[in-house]
Amino acid sequence: MHFTGSVGRATDNAIIHPMKKILVFSCLLCCIAPVHAQTKKAYTAKKVVPATSPVETLKRGKVLYQKFCISCHQVDGGGVPNLNPPIVGTSRIAGKKAPLIKVILNGMQERVEIDGEFYSNNMPPFKTLTDQQVADVLTYIRKSFGNTGTGITKTEVTMVRSGKIK
Amino acid sequence: MQQNLNKLFSLLLAAVCGLLCMSFMPSGKIKPRPGRHTAPAPLKLPQGFTVHTIIDSSAKARDIVVTPQGLIYVKLSRPKNGKAILVLKEGPDGKATITGGFGNYNGTGLYLKNGYLYASSNEAVFRYQLNDKNEVIHPEKPETVISGLKMGRQHETKSIVLDNDGNIYVNIGSPLNSCQEKDRQPGSLGIPGCPLLDSAGGIWQFSADKLNQSYPEGTRYATGLRNVVGMDWNRQNNTLFVMQHGRDQLHDIFPDLYTQKQSAELPAECMYMIKKGDNAGFPFTYYDPFLKKNIQAPEYGGDGKKEGSPEYISPVVAFPAHLAPNGLLFYTGNQFPEKYRNGAFVAFHGSWNRTPEKQEGFMVAFVPFKDGKPSGDWEVFANGFAGVPEVLSPRQAKHRPCGLAQGSDGALYVTDDVKGTIYKIEYKK
Repeated sequence: MHFTGSVGRATDNAIIHPMKKILVFSCLLCCIAPVHAQTKKAYTAKKVVPATSPVETLKRGKVLYQKFCISCHQVDGGGVPNLNPPIVGTSRIAGKKAPLIKVILNGMQERVEIDGEFYSNNMPPFKTLTDQQVADVLTYIRKSFGNTGTGITKTEVTMVRSGKIK
Repeated sequence: MQQNLNKLFSLLLAAVCGLLCMSFMPSGKIKPRPGRHTAPAPLKLPQGFTVHTIIDSSAKARDIVVTPQGLIYVKLSRPKNGKAILVLKEGPDGKATITGGFGNYNGTGLYLKNGYLYASSNEAVFRYQLNDKNEVIHPEKPETVISGLKMGRQHETKSIVLDNDGNIYVNIGSPLNSCQEKDRQPGSLGIPGCPLLDSAGGIWQFSADKLNQSYPEGTRYATGLRNVVGMDWNRQNNTLFVMQHGRDQLHDIFPDLYTQKQSAELPAECMYMIKKGDNAGFPFTYYDPFLKKNIQAPEYGGDGKKEGSPEYISPVVAFPAHLAPNGLLFYTGNQFPEKYRNGAFVAFHGSWNRTPEKQEGFMVAFVPFKDGKPSGDWEVFANGFAGVPEVLSPRQAKHRPCGLAQGSDGALYVTDDVKGTIYKIEYKK
């Protein structure tokens, strides 16, 4: 058995391959991201360019996904049976925006049921992501892996974070 | 020239057809649905071994027991049609049929000993009296041997095994990944002293014959074990052996100390030989298979290099990280060649947290043993359960090994909890 592999290549191929476009829900639950001051700084600094171009949004969202979400929600968004929920093919991803934004901001510390299966690992909150970053990663998830949801804007994240949208 | 053109045209036609076909295919399967008619994944085995599937049960098959009479009991981690223990009988055609079922509780543990079938839920251990044909006498009236065991949302299953002196050993898994103040949160440090170890994160010993026991009647036999799933009693040296599921997400939680690649390869999945009173170090240390040492966990002041306290035991075998060992069986049969006698088979469920490396370990490994100690390197025994050349995401695996049992004729049975397939591996000279 080979236990070594090329890190970046495997990931990229899997995401690009058309047959594997399956999942969008995944970034939500597993993004176990180290929200270290250093990390945050680096990302904040890069955020100078406003996120108007959809292509740029998806690019940035993918980078965030690979940094914070992929280890639990996997390269195809399929999650892990019994542990980490899939983020593809579920109404929780394509549906209402506010609950989704809250999952990123607050994490999940409860067992969730999706299509009759239960998922139980904890997801940490990602409060230190900027509103733009939350919008980017959710937009990426809602439009990747075969998901066909609409994008989420920075303003929408701001409204949810401030409690103006519940 | 004409011939070349024809060839070119044919190629083009084939390409167009291929593209058309692809465009009509579903863009992706959300998850493998259990199906009765799925073809079993072919397995790669050492020369002389054969395998066939006796059933695709479409259930989450975990521990398995085969009686001397050939009756098969399988524990399902979740009941199917209200039954959590299936009874199977093999026919002359090599296929098994479900002849019964009972028990309606979640849980994975199953063990046959001294006229009883022991089965675990996620909080309790029950036993069913057997008749002289090893059939359950009162399927709906199990006796409660142990109850009130701690059950978290993670590592909630209770694996069980009996020794030859009337004791039963139960794993109680840690409800947390690494005993952080905030589970799986980046940078969150360990809870001082990790008090959950008083009632979880170890192996508890109870009497196999007393009813209605709980913590007060039990003994914490070994501690510092994050979550043991595979375990078995070695009759050669009369000792308990366990397989621990090692901690997750070193990089996610401490990105400044561990790269993604290091996180994929640390820590080892460990086989421990357990003596009463042993401490395997969780959550304060983990075993690094490259440094071959117990290393202080970053939650408890470690930096990836600092060695842990010498009071903690070391594994007898260190497997690659995150492969999730779900079954352990010491082989005592005569059917397999001499090399396998008294050695350990380990069923690995396969990894999920080796990203961005590909996922590994959807296989059954073998460790040769002599006098109750490993006598050589581990090797892959049965591989190919995943049914695909590469698994990038665990959901792509078509089958994932879980439970192991030895038939009275020495055949090896392996369960799978994706499609509920049960494999029978035999050796023919």
